[in-house]
Amino acid sequence: MQAYAQQIHRCFRCGYCKFPSDFTEINCPSYSRFRFETYSTGGRLWLIWAWLKKEIEWSEHFAEIVFSCATCRNCVETCPMKFSDDIVDWIVAARSDMVEKGLILPQIRDFLNNISKHGNPWGTARSKRDAWAEGIRRYKLGDEYFFHVGCVGSYEERGQRMARNFAELLHNAGVSFGILGAEEDCDGNEVYMLGEMGLFQELAKKNTQKFKELDVKKVVTLSPHAYNSMKNKYPRLGDLEVFHYTQLLLEMIQQGKITLSKLKARVTYHDPCFLGRYNSVYDAPREILKSIPGIKLVEMERTRENSFCCGGGSGNFVTDLLGGSKENPSRIRVREAHETGAEILVVACPSCMIMFDDAVKDEGLEGELTVKDIAGLVKESLV
Amino acid sequence: MDSIYKSLAEIVGEDYVSNKKEELYIYSQDPGMMEPHEPDYVVMPKTTEEVQKIVKLANEEKIPIVPVGGSMSLSGLVIPHRGGIALDLKRMDRVLEVNEKSRYVVVEGGMTQGKLKAYLERRHPDLRHSMPDSPPSSTVVGNIVIHGQGRLTQQYGFNSDMVTGLEVILPTGEVCKIGTCSVSPYWFALAPLPDLAGLFLGWFGTTGVITKLGLKLYPKKKIRDVEVFVVEDPNLVPDIIYRLTHTEMTEDIVVGAQPYPLIFKDILSIIILITGDSEEEVEFKRRMIWDVLRTYIDSKEGGFSMLPPDMKKMLLKMPSADTIRFADVMKGGGFEYSGPIIPVEKFPEAYKKLLELSSKYGITFGHSGRVIGRSHCMMFSFGYPFNRADPDNIERTKKALHDTNVASLDIGGVPWKPEVPAQKMIIERMDKNTLELMKRIKKLLDPNGIMNPGNWEAE
Repeated sequence: MQAYAQQIHRCFRCGYCKFPSDFTEINCPSYSRFRFETYSTGGRLWLIWAWLKKEIEWSEHFAEIVFSCATCRNCVETCPMKFSDDIVDWIVAARSDMVEKGLILPQIRDFLNNISKHGNPWGTARSKRDAWAEGIRRYKLGDEYFFHVGCVGSYEERGQRMARNFAELLHNAGVSFGILGAEEDCDGNEVYMLGEMGLFQELAKKNTQKFKELDVKKVVTLSPHAYNSMKNKYPRLGDLEVFHYTQLLLEMIQQGKITLSKLKARVTYHDPCFLGRYNSVYDAPREILKSIPGIKLVEMERTRENSFCCGGGSGNFVTDLLGGSKENPSRIRVREAHETGAEILVVACPSCMIMFDDAVKDEGLEGELTVKDIAGLVKESLV
Repeated sequence: MDSIYKSLAEIVGEDYVSNKKEELYIYSQDPGMMEPHEPDYVVMPKTTEEVQKIVKLANEEKIPIVPVGGSMSLSGLVIPHRGGIALDLKRMDRVLEVNEKSRYVVVEGGMTQGKLKAYLERRHPDLRHSMPDSPPSSTVVGNIVIHGQGRLTQQYGFNSDMVTGLEVILPTGEVCKIGTCSVSPYWFALAPLPDLAGLFLGWFGTTGVITKLGLKLYPKKKIRDVEVFVVEDPNLVPDIIYRLTHTEMTEDIVVGAQPYPLIFKDILSIIILITGDSEEEVEFKRRMIWDVLRTYIDSKEGGFSMLPPDMKKMLLKMPSADTIRFADVMKGGGFEYSGPIIPVEKFPEAYKKLLELSSKYGITFGHSGRVIGRSHCMMFSFGYPFNRADPDNIERTKKALHDTNVASLDIGGVPWKPEVPAQKMIIERMDKNTLELMKRIKKLLDPNGIMNPGNWEAE
């Protein structure tokens, strides 16, 4: 924590972080939503430094500003300074300081408490974690893939559909895999980003312990958030490999385990932050889409490293600190998707799925734009 | 509830007004080193009508109002010295019109440099505006209000010379159009009418709020290239600039100097940008430039640098992110600069002063000097990086900044976008009748003294 306190003043507040690399539009989700300088990355860092210097006191509004960052990493991508890689870490460290002191908002507290007590951010019973998974096998020794479904895939209806789509594709392709069902634990990515390091370490320990016990060699995750935490934040576990489901799906298509037929549709694809900017997986989802005959992929103005976050990161898909306005990032993004003339907005992340599905309704675009997950689209095109 | 807050919320909506400590803190300062002062409210209008209502309210209630763009002058020009309303215009960031054949654009008052550049690149690839090296978050109106410069300044003058029209909210609340747009639907020029734009350019928002701007666009050539001519003797620089501008072949000429890394110590780099629509055109221009500098190459007083591809790429980039990286030289997040506009022949004196002040106060420096017009003058930047976490370093930098402003005036220059103390130095030396005229204009336009008070004040 001391490290960030001694570095954070290095931000000049130049504002490069507000934009994508080509400056087309505001690309910081919280600044885009609120437009006060305080909600830009620079403003946030200056306020944190002011708090550390005791020039301002903690307040709920200050906490809203600090916790409304979706940790989408656009700032890391565009900041011209040498310390750019550290920016999100500084924000997470400040959150961690607040969490340790109990200086957090009620919705953040509830989010973390629910994960701690029930293993999911909504506080739904742990026993219902596998309610979606009827007929899907539990992981057993010798299975090739351990499928980590995650909280949204386990509990949220639209996430559950995504999980079923992918599980069916695995099953049909003859890939041996299993889930943990009600025994699965939250991956902790959002917990980490919200600065609850104790809880994160506990979750990481539980998950890695299970991987060891079950001799898991390959994990495939539904959520890019889980993919990120397991790949980059967990302690390294021997030769354990972690995949996002789009990577495995592409491999299955390339190996001929899935045969696709014509599906005529004009689609656009949204890069999830934890798959794209955090892990540089940009091509696998696009390759999948291109392999479906009849699909026309039209890109939005902001794609790949310049993708505009749905606003769901850092637990915002539950805490909703960026909601309540037409300028909600997910609403801005579905308008951008609609402008391409696409009839389907394709996602590869369950958090993006629920953010955009809600946004389509809020924008009154039902019937014109449908949000679909990439596995669902592949399933539709199966021969 | 505070009645002013309530009125502001009725005008712009609850989401876009704040009187909370966090917003007041951030809007009390810019990234430079002027003393902060908090506003009482921060408000973000979306339309001309909203700005008009806010200004009328401020005028009726006699509340100070400070128009805020990118806050990138670094000289505290948007610090609300007397509190009041910080009017952040950046929600007004639309391109309203591009007239290709007459080569102008009309933008709203909060349009950022970055967004305008991106808009033109995507939709009008043959057109460009004079992009400054300030960050993309700085605003186009902010730049012209301070008589800013950009990449086309050497060819066409100050960016404020490129204004073709304005829509302004006067401090008493009237919406006023300036230029041909006051008579015609077209925003092509200020002439042939009386030039009223001068009532708002260079006044730092003390005479009104610019809500729309017409700006000249220029041909965007297909190819850009850069050459760097290096010399050690600063006395040669004015003649080199004179020769280069005589060719009328350059896009931009910038002189650079810095003590670190050591390979740059005691070297003056004259960065020469050229453009063309074909390799043949660029090669012709390159040859012309080499020819006029041949005498210095033959005498071994200067020579062209071999540029590694990375350096070339960096020099061609718009805006140059290196301008901002200068703030991290001390790993301290700050830099301050005085950039007086000086006659080109005063370059050697200014450079000598820069070395002297840097040594006197034990601080490092970076210099960047942009030629304005065909050697008509230049902006000479005395840039000092500082460490926000080191009060002693800040104090020494402040003293250097003060001495720099005095020195700039002593050599016959005029501080550009001066912070309040430098404004006072200018006013002290200003012709009395000129000052009186400024006071009369200010009183006439802003009878209640609400607009950005503290700036350009004689008393």
